[in-house]
Amino acid sequence: MLSVRNLHIRFRTGDGMVHAVNDVSFDVGASQHIALVGESGSGKSQIALAIMGLLAKNAEVDGEILWNGQDLLAASQRDMNRVRAREIGIIFQDPMSSLNPYMTIERQLTEIVEHHQGMSRRDARARALEVMDAVRIPDAKARLRAYPHEFSGGMRQRIVIAMALMCRPELILADEPTTALDVTVQAQIMQLLADVQQDFGTSVVLITHDLGVVAGFCEEVLVLYGGRIMEEAVTTKLFDKPAHPYTRGLLRAVPNIEDPSDALTAIPGSPPSQHRFPQACPFAPRCVDAVDTCHDTLPALQKGRACLRPVEELT
Amino acid sequence: MLAVENAHVTFPVAQTKKWPWSPPGIVRAVNGISFELAAGKTLGVVGESGCGKSTLIRAVAGLTPLEAGNVTLDGQPVDYHDRASMQRLRATMQMIFQDPIASLNPRMTIREIVTEPLTFFKPEMTPAGRQDAALAMLDRVGIPQAQANRFPHEFSGGQCQRIGIARALVAGPKVLLCDEPVSALDVSIQAQVVNLLKELQREMGLAIVFVAHDLGVVRHISDDVLVMYMGAPMERAPAPELVRAPRHPYAQALLSAVPVPDPSVRITPQMLEGDLPSPMDLPPGCLFESRCPKAMPKCRDARPPMIGQGQHQAACLLLQDALAEASMPAE
Repeated sequence: MLSVRNLHIRFRTGDGMVHAVNDVSFDVGASQHIALVGESGSGKSQIALAIMGLLAKNAEVDGEILWNGQDLLAASQRDMNRVRAREIGIIFQDPMSSLNPYMTIERQLTEIVEHHQGMSRRDARARALEVMDAVRIPDAKARLRAYPHEFSGGMRQRIVIAMALMCRPELILADEPTTALDVTVQAQIMQLLADVQQDFGTSVVLITHDLGVVAGFCEEVLVLYGGRIMEEAVTTKLFDKPAHPYTRGLLRAVPNIEDPSDALTAIPGSPPSQHRFPQACPFAPRCVDAVDTCHDTLPALQKGRACLRPVEELT
Repeated sequence: MLAVENAHVTFPVAQTKKWPWSPPGIVRAVNGISFELAAGKTLGVVGESGCGKSTLIRAVAGLTPLEAGNVTLDGQPVDYHDRASMQRLRATMQMIFQDPIASLNPRMTIREIVTEPLTFFKPEMTPAGRQDAALAMLDRVGIPQAQANRFPHEFSGGQCQRIGIARALVAGPKVLLCDEPVSALDVSIQAQVVNLLKELQREMGLAIVFVAHDLGVVRHISDDVLVMYMGAPMERAPAPELVRAPRHPYAQALLSAVPVPDPSVRITPQMLEGDLPSPMDLPPGCLFESRCPKAMPKCRDARPPMIGQGQHQAACLLLQDALAEASMPAE
């Protein structure tokens, strides 16, 4: 369905080029859940923005983003407007800033289908009620007349999900949908996204830094670091037998509430500078397993991992 | 080391005024929190956003006025209206904040930032001695001395949080209040900062109050955990015990929702239905009653006190019943 091929994203800035995404390829099939996991600056959100054609003006993009055979990077604005919302929906991290504070919820929901699908106001309203029910907003009929500030954070995120569902897209890009929310609300929203897949057969690309959320939700995981894919694996395998030193480090650094041990194993050092196109493994300076060759060779992604060292030799 | 007794914090809100001269509404942010903390121990404070956990420690630090309640620091009661008492409080108790970059003055070099507390709290030191102490502290938190003349914007979030820790600890306080110190940091950096805090605690014998919404982090750093809801205490227990066997229905719901980074573990989050009570008009009974899956009519009558055996305390009538039953056969 969606096929990203050799995607490169660079930004021209006052300080020179910033290489945000370097040579990323992945596929999303029908009604599949995949996760892009990475820390801040790993380029995960930029991939979502590139798919939607929403990158900042100073961006330079190379590669292909094939959506049902059509290259979205080469598509006209007109074609992109057809794809956006109607075929691919997006959910942003901060629900308040993705809603217009001056418009009622009803108008924000109906506007989408009226514009994209030429639906009448009455049909649009019926659809809006339907999706409000689907995202479990109680008393939907009365709440349609409310403004965003009248809702709590969790409810706002539900409305943003409802907006993404209005046109029944085949794919939803969820960019950190629960980062701003409490754990109890987070559990509800993730449950909701899982139900949406059941009911509508929607594929979801979940972009997150939280491996805990990924474990319960996605079938496949891509781990990004410094704009490159470090490891790509089925979720159970990734957690069971992580094959890349970065994934291993990340899994050890996550505080697990079930784990009684006291110390967290941190990854030393700090994230890489992205001003140069990486000539070597971007993780090498922080890697406990790095050998000399790691600092001057760029490992290719082979068998789901981009690492020069064999799996058996990793600590 | 630090004892807080029955703390209450309220805020007046003007928006609800009908007329300019009507009395302002009152938001009750913290409602009767008590805790004690010994040197070298960590108390984790958890709860959903808006439950008053940050307000609580800001009030303890004197950044927000306490409406009622007593704070005792190092055996002496704190008087927030007395200059000398506040001076002593600030020398003994320091705080680190959630946003590491915003909490450092952008126009000061980090050497100046870390030296400044010494100028206030250690006037007997020579200027050169202060410089050396500041540089040693920076070195201790992992900032090379060669970078001491740089400005905060030249550092990453994790490094800024280290500088914030250095500033808080350079004058040798005994209590450290942490307001979500790692929630703005990446997972790999978060672990570095948590480990650094634990090391420094061991070295300096610090008492730490650690406010966070991430139960995983709190579990790792805390000896005791206090669960808050709507500004009131729900449960307090040693961290391993709270995770293993939470007693209050709210703590149970909160813990059931924590995602586990292991795909073989299926979590079954308990969904909380119902609305939160308005903080401007709190019900007389249990504050969690409106969302509690186990609520009973008598929960609405009076606010349940914290009860329990030993260290493990919870504010729930169910627990009261269970304890009464347990003590019955003995009589």
